[in-house]
Amino acid sequence: MKLTAIDWAILVLYFVFVLGIGYALKRYMRSSEDYFLSGRSIPAWVAGLAFLSANLGAQEVIGMAASGAKYGLATSHFYWVGAIPAMVFLGIFMMPFYYGSRARSVPEYLKLRFDEKTRGFNAISFAAMTIFSSGISMYAMGLLLNLLLGWDFTFSVWVSAGVVLLYILLGGLTSAIYNEVLQFFLIVFGFAPLVFLGLQDVGGWEGLTATLSEVATSRGYEAGAWTQTWSMTGEASSNPMGVEWFGIAMGLGFVLAFGYWCTDFLVVQRAMAADSMSAARRAPIIAAVPKMVFPFLVILPGMIAIALTQHADVTGFALPQKADGSLNYDLSIPMLLIEYFPSGMLGLGLTALMASFMSGMAGNVTAFNTVWTYDIYQSYIRPGASDAHYLMMGRAATVVGVSLSVAAAYVANRFNNIMDMLQLLFAFVNAPLFATFLLGMFWKRATGHGAFFGLLGGTLAAALHHGLSLPKGAVAGVKGGWLSAVQAYPSEMAQNFWTAIYAFTVCFVLTIVISLLTRPREDRELVGLVYSLTEKPQEAGVRWYGRPAPLGAVVLGFTLVLTVIFW
Amino acid sequence: MSQPAGLDVRWPLGLLFAMIGALLLGHGLTQGDAAATAEQATHINAWWGGVLLVFGLVVLWLARRGQRKPS
Repeated sequence: MKLTAIDWAILVLYFVFVLGIGYALKRYMRSSEDYFLSGRSIPAWVAGLAFLSANLGAQEVIGMAASGAKYGLATSHFYWVGAIPAMVFLGIFMMPFYYGSRARSVPEYLKLRFDEKTRGFNAISFAAMTIFSSGISMYAMGLLLNLLLGWDFTFSVWVSAGVVLLYILLGGLTSAIYNEVLQFFLIVFGFAPLVFLGLQDVGGWEGLTATLSEVATSRGYEAGAWTQTWSMTGEASSNPMGVEWFGIAMGLGFVLAFGYWCTDFLVVQRAMAADSMSAARRAPIIAAVPKMVFPFLVILPGMIAIALTQHADVTGFALPQKADGSLNYDLSIPMLLIEYFPSGMLGLGLTALMASFMSGMAGNVTAFNTVWTYDIYQSYIRPGASDAHYLMMGRAATVVGVSLSVAAAYVANRFNNIMDMLQLLFAFVNAPLFATFLLGMFWKRATGHGAFFGLLGGTLAAALHHGLSLPKGAVAGVKGGWLSAVQAYPSEMAQNFWTAIYAFTVCFVLTIVISLLTRPREDRELVGLVYSLTEKPQEAGVRWYGRPAPLGAVVLGFTLVLTVIFW
Repeated sequence: MSQPAGLDVRWPLGLLFAMIGALLLGHGLTQGDAAATAEQATHINAWWGGVLLVFGLVVLWLARRGQRKPS
C-alpha cells in the first residue's frame, strides 16, 4: 500500500490537532486534580464518548473484527450481553459510590470502603495491567504499520509513544479525554463507509448471510452459525466460539463484562471526571448508545472479510495466511481498507486506525499515572507532600509509564488473537474483582479482611483453573494446563469464561465467609460507600432523559430488540 | 462545576472534521477520472468529504452557540 500526498495531509493534520489540544490545555493544569481528574469539569456527553473510546484500542477495533471473522456475529455477545448491561448497571447503581465518595480512583474507593491492603493489591495489579495493555496496543500497531506500509517497527512505536507522551504530559486527563472524543468520530466516519462498500460488494445482508452459511457448513457447523447469536449456543460444540449459553451469559455477560466495565479504572476514570453526579451517572449510559450499534462497525468488517475470502477466486480478496497456514484474522480491517478505499479515504481510514491505537495507549497511561501517584506513591512512598509535588510526580509517572509500555510492546508476542490474551488477563485480575465491589457496595457487613483474602483467593483460583485446563488442540504452557491438563475445553474462549466464573465464585464465597468471621465496621464509617447507608440521589423535576434509570431502561430495551432480531 | 476545563472540545472537533472534509471534497472533485481506479473511487472521496465537512461545520456552529450563552 502506498500513501499519497492527500493521505499524508490527513494523517499529519490529525497529529497537529492531537498535539495542539495538549498545548491548548497546558495552562489549565494547575492542580493534581486538574491533571488526574480534569478538575471534575467534563460534560456528560464528552465523558460518555471518552468512556467508550478509552476502550476502543487495538483489542477492540482489530480484535473484534478478527473475532467477527473467526466466530461471526456471535462476537456481538461482547456488546449486547456483555458491555451494555454492565455499563447501565455502572451508571445506575455504582457511580453514586465512585463519584459520591469523592475517591480519586477505583483503588482509592477500595481503601475508603475496605482497607489499605485491599487498595494496595488492586492498585499494584492494575498498574501492571495498564502497562501491559498499553504495550500490546503499541505492539499491534507497530506490527500492522510494518506490514501495511513497510514502516519500521521501532519507528512506529517510538513516534506514537512520543506523541501520546507529549499530549498527556501537557494536558493530562483532559487532553486524553478530548482526543478520545476526536477518535470516536474518526472511527465512526472512517469505518462506516468501509462497511457500506463491503456490504454492497458481498450482495448486502442477504448475500453476506448466504456466503457465511457456506463458510459455516464448510467448517462443520450449521448454516446460521456465523450470522446468528444465540440459536447455536445450546451446546458448546455447535458454534465456532466453542461456548454454550451458560458460559456466555455467566462467564462473559456477568463476570467478565461487569468486572471490566464496572471496576476498571481505565474506563471509570472518564465518568469520574464528569462535572456532576448526574453527569457521572449518565456518562456510561450515554456511552452504551453507540456501543449498541458498534458491532456493525467493528464486527461486520471481519464477517465481510471472511465472506470475500470464501470466494477468493471471484472476489480476488483473501485474508493472508500466517506462517502456520491459518488465516490472519487480525488483518480483516486493514485489508478491507486497502481493498475499498482510494487515496484520500485511505488516509482517513488509516488515521482512524492510528487514533484508535494511540488512545488505547493514552487511556492506559492516564489511568496508570493516577493510580501510581495517588494510590502507590502518595500512600506508601511519600505521603503528605504538597499538591505541586504530586502534580510533578504525575508527569514523571507519565514518562515512566510510556517508557515501560514501549518495553512491553517489544515483549508482547505470543498469542494469535489479541482479544484472547486480554481476556485471559482480565480473567485473572478483574474477574474476582467484581465480586469484591458487588459485596462492598451492596452488603455493609463485608469487611476489609474478607475483601482482601477473597480477592487473593479469586485470583489464585483463576490461575489454578488456568493451570489445570487446556483448550482443544493447544500445547500445555502459556495457554493453560501448566500444572496438569485435567479439564479440556472446546476453545480458548470457553476456558477463559470458565476461569472467570471460578474466580468470581471463589472470591464471592471467600469474602462472605471471612467477613462473617471478622469484625464489621461501624455503620457511620460506611455512609456514602454502601447502598443501604447512602441517601438516594434526588431527581425530582429532572426530565426523563436527564435521569440515569429511564435512560438505562431505553438502552436495555433497544439492546433486547437487537438480540431478538439477530437471535 | 468546580473548574471549567477552559477549552470546549467542540472547537477542535469541528475544525478537524471540517478541514478533513474540505480536503477530501477538494481531492475528490479535482482528481477527476485520472485517479478513478475503482468505479466509485472519486465519488466516495467527494461524497464522504462533503459529509465530514457538514458535520464539522455543524459542530463548530454548536460550539459557537455554546460560547454565546454559557451554561
